[in-house]
Amino acid sequence: MTPLKERLVQLDVLRYNPDTDTEAHFQRYEVICHEEWVVLDALNKIKESIDPTLNYRWSCHMAVCGSCGMMINGEPKLSCHSFLRDYEGVIRVEPLTHFPVERDLVTAPDDFMEKLKRVKPYVIGKKKPIEEGEHKQTPAQLMKFRQYSMCINCMLCYAACPEYGLTPHFVGPAALTLAHRYNLDSRDEGRKERMEVVATAEGVWECTFVGACSEVCPAHVDPASALQQLKIVGSIDWIVEHLLPGGKP
Amino acid sequence: MAKSNKPVVWFPFAAGGTVIAFCMPVIVVLGFLAAVGRVPPGLSYEQLHAFASGGLGKLVLFGVIALSLWSSAHRLRCTCYDFGLRADTLIATLLYVAAIVGSIATAVFLLRI
Repeated sequence: MTPLKERLVQLDVLRYNPDTDTEAHFQRYEVICHEEWVVLDALNKIKESIDPTLNYRWSCHMAVCGSCGMMINGEPKLSCHSFLRDYEGVIRVEPLTHFPVERDLVTAPDDFMEKLKRVKPYVIGKKKPIEEGEHKQTPAQLMKFRQYSMCINCMLCYAACPEYGLTPHFVGPAALTLAHRYNLDSRDEGRKERMEVVATAEGVWECTFVGACSEVCPAHVDPASALQQLKIVGSIDWIVEHLLPGGKP
Repeated sequence: MAKSNKPVVWFPFAAGGTVIAFCMPVIVVLGFLAAVGRVPPGLSYEQLHAFASGGLGKLVLFGVIALSLWSSAHRLRCTCYDFGLRADTLIATLLYVAAIVGSIATAVFLLRI
């Protein structure tokens, strides 16, 4: 077996310690890495062999858990999914933008968690006695929402969205997409409740269809398409409520 | 929080976007063809003039132009917003007024044919 190729990788990592620093600053690390490694491997090696004080989140190392999101050369990326071979020169690693930094590359996701809760991302079920068995779903009914259920809550779309950066009240791509995912579920009856949050100015109408969310999404959820579909649903609701006789405002 | 009234402006925007996507590339190609003197048969000035003289023709042309204007105005408003120009009411008013003036002008010119 041929030995794995090695390469000296330089990383500029944004450091911030809330106990001692007044401002964040870049720190340069130089570390020997295998050519096949990802940025997360380089960070792990730095932490193991150079600087144990470096902080960042990660868990699965296979683009499933969604915890290692960070800005790599200015782009929101999963560090476990960013191969070193795709980068030349010094690699700049920063915490996800649009979120408050807790320490080094660790950001506080509280705002996203609160928004996620607001859109009720769970089946608000039809009441049916348990003896009647499970709610069955055809493959066609599943396909309607399956893509939107693949979100791993990595928040890369929030870091990519210029609207979220400019208007922090915006409910944002991932949460709205999950609202759409449950609205489309044949077992669900919670659409009306969710639209009270979705169809507001801070909801889907803050979106100007930049589309950056879909470009950075590592799970190919395409949040931008979900949001445009929500706009159509919201518009039809509006017409029913305001223009049709018997429609309730 | 109350539901937004944005659908009032968004629906014509979406309709205009669809119209632009389908019609504008064709119009650009036809424009180039006309410029190099290769007008496809059936699209000569006389025939298009006759099309614009009829009631249905006027309606189609008005629909295409007015919806495209509205869509462009709304898109420009969103683009300004994306670039951080947050005087949204002023920008929206200016652009929508421009679209409405353009639409009225279209109607006037069409009715004169």
